[in-house]
Amino acid sequence: MSQEIILSAENMSVTFGSGRKAFRAVNDVSFFVRKGETLSLVGESGSGKTTIGRAIMRVHPISGGAIRWKDTVISGKVNGSAERALRQKIQMIFQDPMASLNERAKIDYIVSEGLYNYKLFTTEAERRAKVEAALLEVGLLPEFASRFPHEFSGGQRQRIGIARALVMEPELLIADEPISALDVSIRAQVINLLNRLKKDRGLSFLFIAHDLSVVRFISDRIAVIYRGKLVELAPAEVLFEHPVHPYTRALLSAVPVPDPEIEKEKCLVVYDPAQHDYSKVAPAWTELSPGHFVYGSDKEIAGWQK
Amino acid sequence: MKYEVPVLDPAPVSTGSVLLEADNMEIQFNLRGRTLTAVRKASLQLRAGETLAIVGESGSGKSVFAKSFLGMLDRNGRISGGTALYRGVNLAALKTEQQWLAIRGRRIAMVFQDPMTALNPLKPVGEQIREAAALHRTMDKEASRLVALEMLERVGISEPERRYKQYPHEFSGGMRQRAVIATAIACGPEILVCDEPTTALDVTIQAQILELIKNLQRDMGMSVLFITHDLGVVAKMADRIAVMYAGQVVEEGMADEIFYDARHPYTWALLASLPQLGIKGEDLFAISGTPPSLFRTIKGDAFAPRNPLALKVDFEYEPPFFQVSPTHRAKTWLLDPRAPKVEMPETVKRLRQKLKDKKAEDIAASGTGKAKARKETSR
Repeated sequence: MSQEIILSAENMSVTFGSGRKAFRAVNDVSFFVRKGETLSLVGESGSGKTTIGRAIMRVHPISGGAIRWKDTVISGKVNGSAERALRQKIQMIFQDPMASLNERAKIDYIVSEGLYNYKLFTTEAERRAKVEAALLEVGLLPEFASRFPHEFSGGQRQRIGIARALVMEPELLIADEPISALDVSIRAQVINLLNRLKKDRGLSFLFIAHDLSVVRFISDRIAVIYRGKLVELAPAEVLFEHPVHPYTRALLSAVPVPDPEIEKEKCLVVYDPAQHDYSKVAPAWTELSPGHFVYGSDKEIAGWQK
Repeated sequence: MKYEVPVLDPAPVSTGSVLLEADNMEIQFNLRGRTLTAVRKASLQLRAGETLAIVGESGSGKSVFAKSFLGMLDRNGRISGGTALYRGVNLAALKTEQQWLAIRGRRIAMVFQDPMTALNPLKPVGEQIREAAALHRTMDKEASRLVALEMLERVGISEPERRYKQYPHEFSGGMRQRAVIATAIACGPEILVCDEPTTALDVTIQAQILELIKNLQRDMGMSVLFITHDLGVVAKMADRIAVMYAGQVVEEGMADEIFYDARHPYTWALLASLPQLGIKGEDLFAISGTPPSLFRTIKGDAFAPRNPLALKVDFEYEPPFFQVSPTHRAKTWLLDPRAPKVEMPETVKRLRQKLKDKKAEDIAASGTGKAKARKETSR
């Protein structure tokens, strides 16, 4: 993994609605993604993790802060050609492989739609070659190109979704719960594929998920988000071994471990936001140890540092 | 033709003895002129007071199998063979809705996967629970309302009076699932069938709902038939586990036996593909291929085509059950004395090693409290 930062969010906020009805889905969030690493965003539904992914894709406008791609700001007003270039470099993989593929198009078209839009080929033969290469890369046969999505199983469809993203030669993949809809036996295949792409192609991933067992296996760093706020961000193993924020602890205690002995003795930690006393000192995003950030007041931080 | 309403044997069943016994059940569906055999001669025993988990991937027939105990198969489905004995009544022979009403809801109740669709959006939540409570008992409206309020409280919904009048859309996902559980337990059933009750929920909520089901089971003395594909959830809930593949139970045993001493290659594969057991940076074990089509008759062992360790005999003859211990059995030729020695995958061994260490330590410690200390440190 190199140290080059390709994507960074600085104090980013996303607000839906305005005036009295305004709702801050993402509140003052900062993080970055290095080249060739997997950063995971975990949190429960409604915490704003998907909104962050969409804000980076410029689907939702942000209401505060900035998002940077390498050295250029990509939030707010961006000129047309820059936006176009960006859309090619950042691709997305969606949660539900049943819903994210056009049922009426053949795989050949689904995979090459981006190529058509960006005119990334000169001859028909070149386009075909690109589609074939993408299919092979995700472990599908080139002859599948002439079939329709309904002829494939869930795991295969998810691979088609990944092939469609890869054919654009992206640098960052935003994967929004890509394995939640898959069966246990298929899940391992897709996890392996994502890991291999990271290793072989040096791709970066922003992995959005709620299944912490998978997240631990594939991430380099993990960010925990609660109600639109990042509460903790740390290298994967550090977060699992030494979680400090009470919400992170609650989340980790809720993950079922496939070991009856541990699982039957475990007691559940329930997070109660009322336990923080932020009336006097406002909490801040603080670096606890190198690379391990947590959101808390000075007093809490001092307690966690032990 | 008129069918008799089943008469249940009222004798109390002591904890640990068999309450529901399914024997050689076969369930078929008619689909576009073809016959799909979803459950192929599967047998199962549910004991009083225990939690039995059925594990398997989608399409393994686990839901269909459980639903057949409630007479909830789709129209095109039927039980084409076998028996399911519950308190002297063969559930597989029940035909009419009238007959089922004596069982379903009253004796055997179900919690569904998706709380969004299990509740009626046009009726207040409390009313739906009241209906369920009143359906099987002669009770005036006020009495059943009090039962419903008690149920709401029991499943951990605060301010039951206010919540009673609210509609499902005013409930969060976790609260909705609690309400669904309240309707299921309103009649005090003996068996609670939970079909992936937490798959649609967040991990934090999932943990709470699992805890709730566990507590209710203990307080009400129910037996729980828990269907899931998540082995973490199984580890938390199950006393015993039945692993299903392609419409059959392939391995059955106590929770410890399945997790630490599995014998069927499919169970190995399931355990080995868990990311929790994988080593970071290495490939996870993945099962290749897909489950077989159940439209065709399956020859030999259904898992053989996906099993790299398959023997020749697996493709020819269906294996019988081999008993591993009095409570543990597996349906694989590997356990036949004539079979070659086949090692289980490394990842699964790691789990197994843990059990061995524990046994050795327990003997060494033999009550000195060391074993307890070890348990605390391992957490």
